[in-house]
Amino acid sequence: MRQFVDQLIQNGYFAGAPKELVYAGAMIVAALVVLSVFVAPLAGVTSWLERRVWARMQSRVGPNRVGPQGILQWLADGIKNLLKEDIIPASADKFLFSLAPYVVFVGFLSAFVVIPFGRELIVADLNIGILYLLAVTSVVVVGILMAGWSSNNKWSLLGGMRSAAQIVSYEIPAGLAVLTIVFVAGTLSTQGIIKGQGWAPWDWFLFYNPFTFVAFFLYFTAALAEGNRTPFDIPEAESELVAGYVTEYSGMRFLFFFFAEWGNLYVIGAVATILFLGGWHIPAIPALADQPILKGGLQFAVFFVKAYFWVFVAMWVRATLPRVRVDQLMSLCWKYMVPLSFVCVVGTAAWMLIWPQGNRPVSMAMFLLGVVILAMFSKRVGYQIRHARPVLYLRPYI
Amino acid sequence: MDDLVAHPFFPILVLFCLAGIVVLALLLVAQKVGPKKMDPVKAEPFESGNPPRGDARIRFPVKFYLVAMLFLIFDLEAVFLYPWAILLRRLGTYGLVEMGIFLLIAAVGFLYAWKRGALDWE
Amino acid sequence: MTLFIILAVLTVVSSLLVIFQRNVVHSAVALVAALFFIAVLFLTLDAPMIGILQVLVYAGAIMVLFLFVIMLLNPAALEPRQIPWWTLGSAAALLLVFLLMPALLNTVAPRQAAPAGPGFGSPELLGQTLFGSFVLPFEIASVLLLVAIIGAVVLAKKES
Repeated sequence: MRQFVDQLIQNGYFAGAPKELVYAGAMIVAALVVLSVFVAPLAGVTSWLERRVWARMQSRVGPNRVGPQGILQWLADGIKNLLKEDIIPASADKFLFSLAPYVVFVGFLSAFVVIPFGRELIVADLNIGILYLLAVTSVVVVGILMAGWSSNNKWSLLGGMRSAAQIVSYEIPAGLAVLTIVFVAGTLSTQGIIKGQGWAPWDWFLFYNPFTFVAFFLYFTAALAEGNRTPFDIPEAESELVAGYVTEYSGMRFLFFFFAEWGNLYVIGAVATILFLGGWHIPAIPALADQPILKGGLQFAVFFVKAYFWVFVAMWVRATLPRVRVDQLMSLCWKYMVPLSFVCVVGTAAWMLIWPQGNRPVSMAMFLLGVVILAMFSKRVGYQIRHARPVLYLRPYI
Repeated sequence: MDDLVAHPFFPILVLFCLAGIVVLALLLVAQKVGPKKMDPVKAEPFESGNPPRGDARIRFPVKFYLVAMLFLIFDLEAVFLYPWAILLRRLGTYGLVEMGIFLLIAAVGFLYAWKRGALDWE
Repeated sequence: MTLFIILAVLTVVSSLLVIFQRNVVHSAVALVAALFFIAVLFLTLDAPMIGILQVLVYAGAIMVLFLFVIMLLNPAALEPRQIPWWTLGSAAALLLVFLLMPALLNTVAPRQAAPAGPGFGSPELLGQTLFGSFVLPFEIASVLLLVAIIGAVVLAKKES
């Protein structure tokens, strides 16, 4: 970001303007662009796609009226929410009630600052980037507790407490899974972690050793639980808690919570891509060497697709798995995932001392194992699709 | 001023302010264009149609406290592990032994909590 | 300097709010704000690692515990403050000020702070100090955490 602005100044743009003013202006423009051109449509389209994918997997059609295939549904929803009455219940704590959506929204949004979409496409490359991401997640919990308590509604309070207990519990395995990658990369900077990997799958940290392979699944599961996603959506289990901590929210305030939730889905995928899936790395193509914009665009596309694939997987999981019980949720975290993630941490640490430069044959073997697992999985899914309702699955554009 | 703009965390400050402005602006618009027809029933807490009874702020089971406390402790353990993870290559075996002792003590606590049933959700 | 003054004022104001709020949950939220501003103060002092850990551990973990406990106990049901506790608290605070007085009076504020070396406040340097000269306190911290686990379990779990 800074280098880019420096280059612009050197090329003679903004002549005469004070340097820091240009920086500040560039930051504000970048933040506005991120907010309006990227994050808002991203969360919106994700909300539409989720309903669509979910509907298809249940042999329904899903929203398909607004725009081609219903892709503008999110805009219609946004306008509708804007026009709704903003209700604050009489017994609610008005100050905290209005503050809570802001805390959750800002907490989710500030995660985007350290996500590198390309070699140059990062707002701020902090030397503690990954810790910053974890810190931001933990601040969201405070917002959720505020929302649950201030509503003065039994469902809200129960939902808020459950949600907070769930998020903080799963923060431990998520943090430890991230830690296994920090061992390998030796840095906390998100760019640094990506630079330690390569474009080829066997250079990804996912296949670095068996422990990082396990850590990836630990991270993804824990992140789904932290995002209150099915099968871990107990805090907003509509059949028992109405809508959990957002029960009393309406209109725009309600929208901010859901904006954060769908946007957060992408953040989960992006963090998984940074840590395990090689980030924005593309093969060195000689034709692209002197075309920085095209190269940057390609890196962005690679990163985006990798991250969005996991958004799709999260939708798939939501359509497939039933909700777990609250005691199952807690024992899954504390009795299985926490010990397993400690094993991953110690295992990777020992691995790093035995093979400080990594072990190429093991990476290759892990990669092959991954391919075999994926092939077997696809075979099963293909079998299911062929034996379900092929007419519906083969004609996705109704 | 220059120091502020050059600081690596400056974009985050900008984002905080901008997000605040966006949220406030949207809320203002919503209040301008949205209907305002409050009535006592609408202002009641929503309890699926039943008339609300009693206060929502009841006492909670102590197990929530236990989860928060365990989280706090293991979060701190994890935080201590981060500097070690960065320096692992430089510290070598000495660091592994150092951390082994730390983790062993942590594991004792974890096993104690497990045996006493603190990890069960009843 | 201007930045420091703004942050200091915000920190002090939110700390005062912690004390003077009638509502306990509001106090807790004001405490989150105070801790957050202190974290920003660390950032301006070129200690990003400490600043982020301040947010992660204090604003994130410890305040969640605080809010949990407040919500568990339902503060609306608490009785109004008793006078003896009030005087006892004030006396303790005065005693603390008295004890800190010599240290405060003997401190000479540096006119020009020493410039930070390269990599100052980075996680690497922090780790080197932690695992170099502070190994023993570090290991003792793990014992402290063990005691905390045992304490929490004993408090919250009945003997079966």
